[in-house]
Amino acid sequence: MPKNKSLSSVFMNGIITENPTLRLVLGTCPTIASTTSAVNAVGMGAAATFVLVGSNVVISLLRNIIPDKVRIPAFIAVICTFVTIVQMLMQAFFDELYQSLGVFIPLIVVNCIILARAEAFASKNGVLASAVDGIGMGCGFTLAITVIAIIREIIGNGTVFGINIFGAGYEPMLLMILAPGGFLVFGGVLAISNLITERVKAKKKDEKGVIHA
Amino acid sequence: MKLYLSTAPHIRSEADTHVLMRDVLIALLPTTVAGIYYFGLSAAMVIAVSIVSCVLFEYLWQRMTKQPVRIYDLSAAVTGLILGLNLPSTAPWWMPVVGALLAIVITKQLFGGIGDNFLNPALLARAVLLASWPARMTGATAYALPTCWSGADAVTSATPLAGYEASTLDLFLGNIPGSIGEVCKAAILLGLIYLLVRKVITWRIPITFLAVFALLSALVGQNVLDELLMGGVLFGAVFMATDYTTSPMNPRGQFIYAALCGILVCVIRNFGAYPEGVTYAILIGNIVTPLIDKYDKPRLYGRLKEQKKEGTVNA
Repeated sequence: MPKNKSLSSVFMNGIITENPTLRLVLGTCPTIASTTSAVNAVGMGAAATFVLVGSNVVISLLRNIIPDKVRIPAFIAVICTFVTIVQMLMQAFFDELYQSLGVFIPLIVVNCIILARAEAFASKNGVLASAVDGIGMGCGFTLAITVIAIIREIIGNGTVFGINIFGAGYEPMLLMILAPGGFLVFGGVLAISNLITERVKAKKKDEKGVIHA
Repeated sequence: MKLYLSTAPHIRSEADTHVLMRDVLIALLPTTVAGIYYFGLSAAMVIAVSIVSCVLFEYLWQRMTKQPVRIYDLSAAVTGLILGLNLPSTAPWWMPVVGALLAIVITKQLFGGIGDNFLNPALLARAVLLASWPARMTGATAYALPTCWSGADAVTSATPLAGYEASTLDLFLGNIPGSIGEVCKAAILLGLIYLLVRKVITWRIPITFLAVFALLSALVGQNVLDELLMGGVLFGAVFMATDYTTSPMNPRGQFIYAALCGILVCVIRNFGAYPEGVTYAILIGNIVTPLIDKYDKPRLYGRLKEQKKEGTVNA
């Protein structure tokens, strides 16, 4: 990661070029588990973003102090702290969301995105860049899982953010909010995002070709 | 004199996909007619919607992805017919459409089209429909009692596996509630005989499947004849477990696969949460098929058995 990159490109990197869910394919466990409804997905995304920004900032601050050999346990300790904060806050203020996300809140500790950003970005970059990277990656993750969750909720429950959109006659396809539906929709969204990326790449190549000709 | 060098196979049969699939359609004809006879117009509609939407999805997908359109090989029509026969006659029109999308687009085309799907498309569709709309696929509300075109309104009932009392003769002839294609065992046996005579399938998979299942059922103390005639075990063993793509290639592997299916049906029926287990049994068999094929490679002619590692080191 070049150090002189502009902050906006660091931010956009997390949302598009290296979208953690759709480009890096990290954090697939919360992607499947917390996309049963759009509210769950936004909640999981917000919690993970908070942890991501917090751990990125602290790890970036400590990057010259943590010995290389014990960096992974040190990162995990920092991440655990923020996960515990999120868990307590959520239980206090959003109990319903806390109940429906259940075990997946403490499991944010092992969310690969957070450890990956600590290892690949925060331990090598300054505090401000690390914070922006955390926000970008967090937004990219939230965006991707919310899209997946909206698709699953519409087909599997007939609602979007809890609002009924098809009326009473619609018989929801239960499978979509069960685990297999998560894999199906995740795969589908991944395929479409790859298709778009390829198209964009091919187009850029064409334009370059025209200029060189 | 001219000499030609060519690689095997040297003996070719005239049969291509179109001919084989046409034979399967012919073999399914008695079952289809029996189903429509017992369940009336609604059964005919379910089957028709299923076939039309399967062929349509195949056509649309192949046009969309710019592949040659191969709907004339009839494989999509066979999938559609089998899917329709797997549904209850009470299914609303959109169920076979969703099933066709799952079978043709997701199970078949996304994995590479005919010959490359790792699951039987119609069976996967049935499993997904079963998990998605349980009230329409299981229990006392899903299956209609046969009306036999009498004009009476369809009344739903539990199937024989879930407690409906029926004589062995009714079970054999199909005068019972159930999926459209599974009820008439006489028609299924006619289809089996046709497939065997035309050499579309061999006896290995269906007979091993049924024999292992019967043996196990006897061991757990069930009435063997009734067990064989209830539910979809006969239909599954004849028309779905024998799918070329998703069953092992060699005889020994086919015996293992069929025995596994038979065991699983008996286990799910007697010890599982669902009354019927044919769908899941065959799907699990499908998944295991590549593994069976991997460890059941025939010895190449003229080659010795692979020596143990120690032997090769000494040599």
